[in-house]
Amino acid sequence: MIAAPPSGPVPYAREFALGLLADMLRIRRLEERCAQLYGEMKIRGFLHLYIGEEAVAAGAMRALAPEDSVVATYREHGHALLRGVSMNAILAEMYGRREGCSRGRGGSMHLFDASTRFFGGHAIVGAGLPLAVGLALASRMLGEGRVTACFFGEGAIAEGAFHESMNLAALWKLPVAFFCENNLYAMGTALARSESQTDLCVKAAAFGMPAMRADGMDVVAAHEAAKRAVAKVREGAGPVFVEFQTYRFRAHSMFDPELYRDKAEVQRWKARGPIHTFSARLKAQGMLTEEQFAEIDRQAMEEVRRAVEFAEAGTPEPVADLLLDVCARR
Amino acid sequence: MNAMREISYRDAMREAIREALERDPRVFLMGEDVGRYGGTYAVSKGLLEQFGPERVRDTPLSELAFVGAGIGAALGGMRPIVEVMTVNFSLLALDQIVNTAATLRHMSGGQFGVPLVIRMATGAGRQLAAQHSHSLEGWYAHVPGIRVLAPATVEDARGMLWPAIEDPDPVVLFEHAQLYNTKGELPAAPREDIEHASVRRAGGDVSLIAWGGSLPKALEAADALASRGISAEVIDLRVLRPLDAETFLASVRKTHRAVVIDEGWKSGSLSAELAARIMEHAFYDLDAPVARVCSAEVPIPYARHLEEAALPQVPQIVGAVMQLMGTSA
Repeated sequence: MIAAPPSGPVPYAREFALGLLADMLRIRRLEERCAQLYGEMKIRGFLHLYIGEEAVAAGAMRALAPEDSVVATYREHGHALLRGVSMNAILAEMYGRREGCSRGRGGSMHLFDASTRFFGGHAIVGAGLPLAVGLALASRMLGEGRVTACFFGEGAIAEGAFHESMNLAALWKLPVAFFCENNLYAMGTALARSESQTDLCVKAAAFGMPAMRADGMDVVAAHEAAKRAVAKVREGAGPVFVEFQTYRFRAHSMFDPELYRDKAEVQRWKARGPIHTFSARLKAQGMLTEEQFAEIDRQAMEEVRRAVEFAEAGTPEPVADLLLDVCARR
Repeated sequence: MNAMREISYRDAMREAIREALERDPRVFLMGEDVGRYGGTYAVSKGLLEQFGPERVRDTPLSELAFVGAGIGAALGGMRPIVEVMTVNFSLLALDQIVNTAATLRHMSGGQFGVPLVIRMATGAGRQLAAQHSHSLEGWYAHVPGIRVLAPATVEDARGMLWPAIEDPDPVVLFEHAQLYNTKGELPAAPREDIEHASVRRAGGDVSLIAWGGSLPKALEAADALASRGISAEVIDLRVLRPLDAETFLASVRKTHRAVVIDEGWKSGSLSAELAARIMEHAFYDLDAPVARVCSAEVPIPYARHLEEAALPQVPQIVGAVMQLMGTSA
């Protein structure tokens, strides 16, 4: 049922391959620290960790160009980070500081960054899809040639917003890459308990939209699928749907006792973990030594340490500015 | 030289949309049957022929997706006008309007604004029964982050759209379906204001506060009251959010009596908000409690006599005023 761990040669130049590894490690180390900081009550509200799914964001983000647009969900720390939002600004946001990427107004679920065209951070399941369709429509009408990458979980597929948006994007042949991160559970509801048709690519076919499936635990497979999808979207023939089959190692949020899945299943998926399997492949190919891995990891942890320092030193937004940015400043 | 010309509300709105499309290449109109069909209420008739299918864009029956796409297009640099056929159907898009359009600027720390106009028909009075007769303007007026407009005159139908498009934040614009056929005098240079309420008729004895489809009823009631020697001032709210409280408070301070006319249901309504504002800021100026004439608390029924009984009508407004004046109607 659960496939063998990702294996085989990594078809990239060493620098690019190590970049992918570093990307995944940056997310992993940031989020492990976030979980601790949550326990220390430095971070509050909801905190949804991406741990286990890093290969998807790492593979997909490197398929995009700077002029493209990204729409993500509430499990978006990794997407924001790899899109280019600084770890400092992300962590300061989770601290609720004005130095945060949303000035402390959004928190973990609502990271935004105009300079990298990172359009959030949306916490109503499925709500990012219509937005992505509109961004793509604007790009087409303005002749800008941007691709809009829209990340969402398989849970969103049960929402009307998914079907309406897929139809609209396909009908109008808009440049959207629909990146479905299928981690098998919508909070605690397994896919088979919520969908009559669990083959997600079939759903895309219903809209006449090209679809592909990729192993979301394998950063090579994820990147190759994203690259093909983005290239096809950029050709201008319309949207593409990609299902990344992945798994979240941690609970849905910090409040989740995980009653809906057994530990053995989690362990089996952890054997397919995107970081250690990719490292092993790189080592087998002679592209990575244990010392080099340790150095990349050390750099990630150092970045996290500095981000914590930055967030700790952050300033609270003055309460006098509570109503700022409800409407445009005039 | 008389610069005024007579025009229908429908034609005035069409002229406003046409002008916006001509004036700014980023503007486009999108919604159900806005193109080939010519608009459910014929507002956009002829625009497809003039501007083509990219800028007068027919959508599937997907309110959530096309309103959301309007938000996305606004984020992406366009200035969309999204037409939702009626407020009743806007409930299918409520998530995008309330959770996304209204929140984005604040939630993103001021980085992303949504310069979007959402037009929709509202109101009852055509025997369309419970699912096509809602007046939910008050719901939208509840939400911070959006501006809510209710043009009631041909001048406002013509003049409010452009400043709404120029607004860097989302604007919801309500067109009462009973107004489309009404005619009025349109000045050569219509007022472009989306900030203020207007005094539509000056008077000294009582303030009638109305908007949208209730404005003609309030004006008719004022005529009837004049024949009884009562001078009613009629305030057209025009902007339902943010409220221009100064205009209606100044009127109430002058007349010392207020009747709010609201086609919405009384409970939790915009009329309740207005009464509360008057109580908070003009309590000691009042000679009588604020009165309200609202729809009966019932899903709007089909049968004509029942529908009429459910909606605010001129005799009720007159009656409410007479009661405030201490005179029986």
